[in-house]
Amino acid sequence: MSQIEKALTAPHVIEYTYKRSLGPVLSQFFTALRERRVVGVRRKDGTVLCPPKEYDPDTGESLGDMVPLKDTGVVTSWAWVAKPRPQQPLQKPFAYALIRLDGADTPLLHAVDAGSESRMKTSMRVRARWADTTTGAIRDIACFEPVD
Amino acid sequence: MRDVAVVAFTQAPSVRRDLDRNEVEILIPVIHELKQKTGLKNEDVDFVCSGSSDYLAGQAFAFVSGLDAVGAWPPVCESHVEMDGAWALYEAWVKIQMGYAQVALVYGFGKPSMGDLPITMALQLDPYVLTPLWPDAISLAALQARICLEKGVCTERDMAERAVRDRKNAKDNPFAQVKGDFTVDGILKDPFVVSPLRKHDCAPISDGASAVILAAGDRAKELCKRPAWIRGFEHICEPLDLGVRDLTRSRSTEIAADRAGVGKKKIDVAELSAPFTHQEILIERALGLDDGTRINPSGGALAANPLMAVGLSRIGEAASRIWDGSANRAVAHATSGPCLQQNLVCVLEGD
Repeated sequence: MSQIEKALTAPHVIEYTYKRSLGPVLSQFFTALRERRVVGVRRKDGTVLCPPKEYDPDTGESLGDMVPLKDTGVVTSWAWVAKPRPQQPLQKPFAYALIRLDGADTPLLHAVDAGSESRMKTSMRVRARWADTTTGAIRDIACFEPVD
Repeated sequence: MRDVAVVAFTQAPSVRRDLDRNEVEILIPVIHELKQKTGLKNEDVDFVCSGSSDYLAGQAFAFVSGLDAVGAWPPVCESHVEMDGAWALYEAWVKIQMGYAQVALVYGFGKPSMGDLPITMALQLDPYVLTPLWPDAISLAALQARICLEKGVCTERDMAERAVRDRKNAKDNPFAQVKGDFTVDGILKDPFVVSPLRKHDCAPISDGASAVILAAGDRAKELCKRPAWIRGFEHICEPLDLGVRDLTRSRSTEIAADRAGVGKKKIDVAELSAPFTHQEILIERALGLDDGTRINPSGGALAANPLMAVGLSRIGEAASRIWDGSANRAVAHATSGPCLQQNLVCVLEGD
């Protein structure tokens, strides 16, 4: 019997062979992130949601009035992750935080690179640290960092 | 409305890691015991409904194999929800209300030990703005706990008291996983898992399963001496985005409790499915429970947390208190989604 030198292999890639649209509101949010900007959406009562939503979570009304926001904001709650998992945004101790961006009325979730837990505080101010390359995804913001 | 009752309940012991058995093998003795207890055969059951998650098994349509535990012959009328078995029970209840069934078998099962559960739970979040950040379930609960602590909704002591109570109650529950005598001062000395949550604030990770028989009218009376009649049943969902919700209360539980009529009469026993201590406090308040109610005589979710079965087990445990006569009116609660996003409330009464 001849020796098998190399096993036969075939690629098997699990994929969705179609494109998904993010819709009229989230697509503007992610396009803005790619350009290192943040936008929210204004509700009928004047308050601004960020991340923006296509429909008002309370009334179900269609939303589409986009509002430019700053990439700075304030922490409304946080959780200290002492041992990050490989999938998580930072590979050193960090905080997940709810961050209300300047100009928005609702907070978004992201990571804060504060170095140590003692630097974390509710109501602390933070600024986005942008990723080196942006692709139109939530991780275009690499994380937030404290503003001293 | 038809009179529908919970007439039988069985469960597997909750364990941190069932090394020898797959999900179906955990489920088989639970279903068999249920059939034995009631004398029901497959042909006596009009509808079968299950709750489980393919994400735990890591395999599409994993729930189908659960039917092997029921038996494939004669053919069954069957459905499944990718939710806790408590919602499968809701579907079966609707089916009976519609007149399509008289007797239903409901089961839930899960083996979360096969993966890293707190991370697996990130897959239930918004796929664009949340999941890519992989916030684990404990971190999200910790964000909520900090808001509750800083706004004075509860204290770390209040939270530890829930863990002590539930673990003590669980000593009488042979199926519970975390049990024993602890002191508030003792467990408050433990380190944080994810600040501000300590180990005792988090429900254990449990492999397990449970099953229930629902029956209508006279059929219920034939199957059970003192049926636990469902007198109120509702479930309500809140937005997925934590940022647009008031995390210091459980609005959906409040609305569900109101519609299910929880506050109409005294509640003797409550079985709560809160996977974190601060959430147990929020649910107690949303249900309007006071000292007159025995909370979690089984130990609740903080003592045994077989994902996808834990809510169904709350209904089974609450019904058991009606059957043994220790309660006339009981409420069971189940939850789904991050930080108590969706909640189910079931009111059970004796005759």
